Amino acid sequence: MTILSVRDLEKTFGSIVAVRDITLDVPAEQTVGIIGANGAGKTTFINMITGHLKPSKGTIRLEDRDITGWPSRAITRLGISRSFQMAQIFPSLTVFENMCAAAAASGLDGALMRVLAPLRSPATIEQANTALERFRIAPYRGALASTLPQGVRKLLDIAMAVVGSPRILLLDEPTSGISVEEKFGVMDVVMSALKSRRLTVLFVEHDMEVVARFADRVLAFYDGTVIADGAPALALADPRVQTLISGTKTDGQGHA
Amino acid sequence: MCSRTNLVGALAFIAAAAAAPALPAWLVSLATIAFANGLVVLGLVVLWRAGLVPFGQALFYAIGAYAVALLSRYAGWEDVFLLVAIGAAAAGIVAFLVGFLLARYRDIFFAMLSLAMSMILYGVLVKTQTLGSTDGFHVEAASFLGYAPHGQALNLMLFWLVLAVSAIAALLISLYFRTVAGALAVPVRDNEIRLEFLGISVNRLIHLKLVIAGVLAGLGGALAALAVAHVDPNMAYWTTSGGFVFVTILAGAGSVAAAFVGSFVFELVRSIAVDLVPGLWQLILGSVLLLTILFLPEGLGSVFHRLRRSPEKAS
Amino acid sequence: MLTAFAILTDGLVYAAYLFVVAIGLTLIFGVMKILNVAHGSFYAFGAFGAASAVGIYFEKGWPVAGGFLIMVLVAMGIGLVLGLIIERGLLRLVCGRDEVIVVLVTFAASLILEDMILLIWGTQSYPLYQPLAAAGNFEVGSLVLSGYDMGLIALAVALAIAAHWALKYTRYGRLLTVVIFDHETAAAFGINVTVVFTVTFIIGAMLGALGGAVMAPKISVTLGIGVEVIVHAFAVVATGGMGSIEGALVGALIVGLCRAAAVHLVPQLELFVIYAVMALVLAFRPHGLFTQVPPRKI
Repeated sequence: MTILSVRDLEKTFGSIVAVRDITLDVPAEQTVGIIGANGAGKTTFINMITGHLKPSKGTIRLEDRDITGWPSRAITRLGISRSFQMAQIFPSLTVFENMCAAAAASGLDGALMRVLAPLRSPATIEQANTALERFRIAPYRGALASTLPQGVRKLLDIAMAVVGSPRILLLDEPTSGISVEEKFGVMDVVMSALKSRRLTVLFVEHDMEVVARFADRVLAFYDGTVIADGAPALALADPRVQTLISGTKTDGQGHA
Repeated sequence: MCSRTNLVGALAFIAAAAAAPALPAWLVSLATIAFANGLVVLGLVVLWRAGLVPFGQALFYAIGAYAVALLSRYAGWEDVFLLVAIGAAAAGIVAFLVGFLLARYRDIFFAMLSLAMSMILYGVLVKTQTLGSTDGFHVEAASFLGYAPHGQALNLMLFWLVLAVSAIAALLISLYFRTVAGALAVPVRDNEIRLEFLGISVNRLIHLKLVIAGVLAGLGGALAALAVAHVDPNMAYWTTSGGFVFVTILAGAGSVAAAFVGSFVFELVRSIAVDLVPGLWQLILGSVLLLTILFLPEGLGSVFHRLRRSPEKAS
Repeated sequence: MLTAFAILTDGLVYAAYLFVVAIGLTLIFGVMKILNVAHGSFYAFGAFGAASAVGIYFEKGWPVAGGFLIMVLVAMGIGLVLGLIIERGLLRLVCGRDEVIVVLVTFAASLILEDMILLIWGTQSYPLYQPLAAAGNFEVGSLVLSGYDMGLIALAVALAIAAHWALKYTRYGRLLTVVIFDHETAAAFGINVTVVFTVTFIIGAMLGALGGAVMAPKISVTLGIGVEVIVHAFAVVATGGMGSIEGALVGALIVGLCRAAAVHLVPQLELFVIYAVMALVLAFRPHGLFTQVPPRKI
């Protein structure tokens, strides 16, 4: 069953065409890796799906519903969540308070009475604790979010996106800023935390090995459009992808 | 923990109420005004926690005050409870309407737009003869459900009224800080975008806070009008708003009690300054504000926190 | 027809006053991102200083032209001293803190300065009529225009041109443009941002004091003039865009003309037309007429 479909998506900023001619369908519970150089349009693509930007042309559908141009909070309510390239957390609060805020916020439906309910209800606390456990950041629960190491910040960011039980999760460079040795560890935690939840995941990543290991499907972005779309082994071996994005292993003398 | 604070607060209010008849009249009057203004400051604390500082709360203060004055003069209404309720409601309605525009702004533009609104009201009040123009007008003595005291008795009754209203407001706002809307104030200040991506309309949240602050300021203005028995356009002037912001910084955003204590300290200092050095009270006030900003950045409230050594973060 | 002309001239004179007062404020905000409430106090000090100094000068019967020069010099001197004290002594202490806190510090400074005026000059008012009389009047049709008013407009135009030229064509002006864009980037380029701040603040203070000095002959120089001016200046700066000099010019023109129209046609609106204009502009352009869009954050 197709959960997300995009048709002829385009975004221009003045005279710059950031994204063009994107047409694709994402089946439910697929894990999609999005690769491409900086400026290729990956984040703009995610921003349009999550409502942060309005597309200049084209449509986005969540199952049968047309969500093109909807504001981000409406899209979040429908079940599309995201994490950010630069982790967006609440620096003045502790990790636990961050999770409580996220858990409480996701439980609202706009009704006034809900917004006047106590924040630290048993349900919210339970949700927060479970999320902290799942993402293995419970040891940091009392630390101020502004003091966290990068890896933990990213995990917190993702955990906050997931606590509301979304159906689609978009991760914008989940391992950026994390050391090479730790990247796999972090992705392992993220993927196992997500496994039981039957989520459709799209993640942007620059490390080809991470992509090869965790993605069911790869979308390669170049110059605002998708130049390859398929299983990791195929997409990553595509000659255009190798020339423009991933590069190839050479034998030390410049020969492939 | 929290119920202990409430208990201490309740005891303090009861003690103040009980001690009033024994205290000198000038002190009771001063405290009455201080607590009425403290309500306005409480509203400012609600907004400041979300990172917003409106420079025009005098708008709602003046609306509350003039509502009371107009109704008592032209409609002949005398009952204090009715007048104050209407004053607060009128301010609340205006806050609701104004909020549609104001909630879309942040930082200095929020402050300036709020200021503009209050100055528009000021202009209207000054230019309108029927509203008393620059002289304002006298507020007739009030009655409490039929009982119409005068002189010292009136002073005391007004003090007890303001005390009661303040106590109820303090309790309600403490409860509010524990709700989702109240507790998300710090996240609004920290990272609005994140909240939007969690499904919350930050503008609507701020709109709610504006209405709360507006109602509180209207309450304060209505009570002040009764206490001083006079209203004039100066109640809408930007220096009045500035005074409220001043006290808010003095008090700090950490606790509800600080709003009232800070307001009381402010009125006391101003009173003493005006008495001792009539020409230089602005200098003294300005210096006190500067010293507070430099040495007590979290306001007086932070002193309370340090004294109590409470491990609970104010949130 | 006559009314229209009267509105135009009155509007331009009022706009000139607003611009001279607002330009210093918007400069300080643009460069330092500080909303300086004490700007009204600079204005007041300039007015009182001019009233005293120039009053004495004219009494001595010295040449008229010198009187105008003294006005400008006194204003610049006051601006220099006050600007230096406030920036170095006060603002340095709260550098980097929340912008609301910094505004409150300037508010506290304005309270203190207000009382300093009281201490120095007392409660009486200081009329300064000589420059007005010296500039004379001239007639256009059946309207009598004050030479002083025309001079005011000329001054505002000269300031606008000078500011524009200085920012675009001098080395210091271009440095300023970089600092306005971003402090850290400027510092990374080796610009001594601290010195730039001090110099800018002093220039802003001088302009504020100049505003007071040149307006002194037209108003009753007494306590409290700084208070009203500051709100007017804020409204113009917010309308035009904080930190934009073209914005201050356009904002001053719009507000000046609207107010003149109100005074002649609908007097009840006079007092708050300036704020209504600001609220209207902000409702459609939340950051004022001439501002740059902030860059993407996520």
